[in-house]
Amino acid sequence: MPTTSEQPAPLTRGALGVAKQPQPRRSGVRTRLRGGLLGLAGLVLLALIWELYKTFGSVDGVVIGTLTVLPRTSDLAMPHLWVMFERVLEPVTGAASAVPLWAAVLAGSLFTLGIAAVGWLVGVTVGLALALLMQRFRLAESAILPWIILSQTVPLIAIAPLVRRWGAQIQFGEFTWESWMSVALIASYLAFFPVSVGALRGLASPDSNHVDLLHCYSVGWWKTLWRLRLPASVGYLLPALRLAAVSAVVGSVVAEVSIGLRGGIGRLIVEYAGAAGNDPGKPWAPIFGSILVGLVAAGFVGLIGLFLRRFRRGEVSA
Amino acid sequence: MTNTTSVPAVDIHGVSRIFAARKGPGVTALDDVSLTVAPGEFVSLIGPSGCGKSTLLRLVADLDVPTSGSIEVFGKPARQARIDQDYGIVFQQAGLLPWRTVAGNIELPLELHGVGKAARRRRAAELITLVGLSDFASHYPDQLSGGMQQRVAIARSLAESPSLLLMDEPFGALDEMTRERMQNELVRICAETQAAVVFVTHSIPEAVFLSNRVVVMSPRPGRIRSIVSVGLGDVSGRGEGLRENEGFFHSLSEVRDLLHGDDAAGASENQAGARGVETR
Repeated sequence: MPTTSEQPAPLTRGALGVAKQPQPRRSGVRTRLRGGLLGLAGLVLLALIWELYKTFGSVDGVVIGTLTVLPRTSDLAMPHLWVMFERVLEPVTGAASAVPLWAAVLAGSLFTLGIAAVGWLVGVTVGLALALLMQRFRLAESAILPWIILSQTVPLIAIAPLVRRWGAQIQFGEFTWESWMSVALIASYLAFFPVSVGALRGLASPDSNHVDLLHCYSVGWWKTLWRLRLPASVGYLLPALRLAAVSAVVGSVVAEVSIGLRGGIGRLIVEYAGAAGNDPGKPWAPIFGSILVGLVAAGFVGLIGLFLRRFRRGEVSA
Repeated sequence: MTNTTSVPAVDIHGVSRIFAARKGPGVTALDDVSLTVAPGEFVSLIGPSGCGKSTLLRLVADLDVPTSGSIEVFGKPARQARIDQDYGIVFQQAGLLPWRTVAGNIELPLELHGVGKAARRRRAAELITLVGLSDFASHYPDQLSGGMQQRVAIARSLAESPSLLLMDEPFGALDEMTRERMQNELVRICAETQAAVVFVTHSIPEAVFLSNRVVVMSPRPGRIRSIVSVGLGDVSGRGEGLRENEGFFHSLSEVRDLLHGDDAAGASENQAGARGVETR
């Protein structure tokens, strides 16, 4: 924060009223570029390790005692990377009407992305609401926070059937509960957690100095929230939102499997895994698809961050 | 400015503040303090750490409530004065919002109190000129030096033309050069705005240079030991030359004697009193 660390600026500067050089933001772009290149290098390294192990590793894998610690290197267990990619371009099945595998996976990815987005929105809304409640009332914080943390210890597999059963009983007027809603609900169950915890920390982050100042201006809680607490929480909120986005994707994929919803990536992962025996490249396609969905979700939050850049200034330099 | 001169800017009467401790009798931060600040007067509170000078300022600002006694600001209870925005406040830390530009920070109180956009712009531009930051209106706080940040904070405190300024060691975190420069500017600003100032400081020269009266406080429990009238004439007439003035040095040593005459001297305190220290 610029306010907390008052640097004893060099004499001339302070005395003559000359500002520090405006921080060049160009360096930020360079760091980001370097980060991207390093990420790419990591990916290449991973591919290299895969292929090297496949080439030089033992066919039976690395076994210590009776325990297999590294997988077999057969073409069935570890297909070449190019086998995976070639498979993506081929049709899903031998049937004449079959679409290419990539098209099927892309459709599944979009389906899952849609559900995850709904789950994310619900989760973020609930998470923010809980954080605001806890920030407003001390009592609420001590009452709710332990439950929020406890909620994340319940395995998804356990709640999925419950959600589906309860959902099936919901029906009023035109509205009927559908399976995808159960999946979205479970995704939101994972997504709300980082948001509520992150937002709570963010809302409590303004200096007592700033809070005092707004008290002097005799403005109420809502105005303080809007002018001070929310802007100050952006730096905490963005990582939380990104975590929530990725959690929502993982939650959707897992919940699709547990609930047995067709059409999404989760279903494709299970379906194609059965094909591994004679078509080793196929199961990898939906896995890459789910990675793609995760990346898109995280990228979307990155985009939000771009618009809120102004509120993250404090983090850049003191 | 608008208040009649008969109503004091600040009237502190028999104020005590006791901070409750978990066990034991609690800490007496202020014990039966009374002080009156006239409109347009510059009064400094000085004393060692723990003498309650900041506590006293916070009480006047209604950031805290006295355990006993009363505080009136322009004839109103402190709380009402806060609600009516009768004072501007500056803390040791500039406390600028990092996501707002210099102009945006100065406009903040106006914005919160529903002043229209055009009027806000105009006022901010005036104040930015007043504190000499014309070239930096659209800079962000992290692009400013500590002294410049503090100037923005002062401009912000003046935004609603208060008749009273409360300043809690505003230059405490600045280096000596910047500090003296800021003091000169504050003298100029006070002359232009005619506001009364209650100024908390650690620095004896700072207190003497700026003030009409210096309130010397002693710690544990926080009390007013003595009040020194600095006979250096009108605050508005003060300039850099004053620091070399003989009267300046005289008041300096007077305040210093009072501060350092801790236990050794009920005697020296009386002496000081005899030299014309006002203890009203």
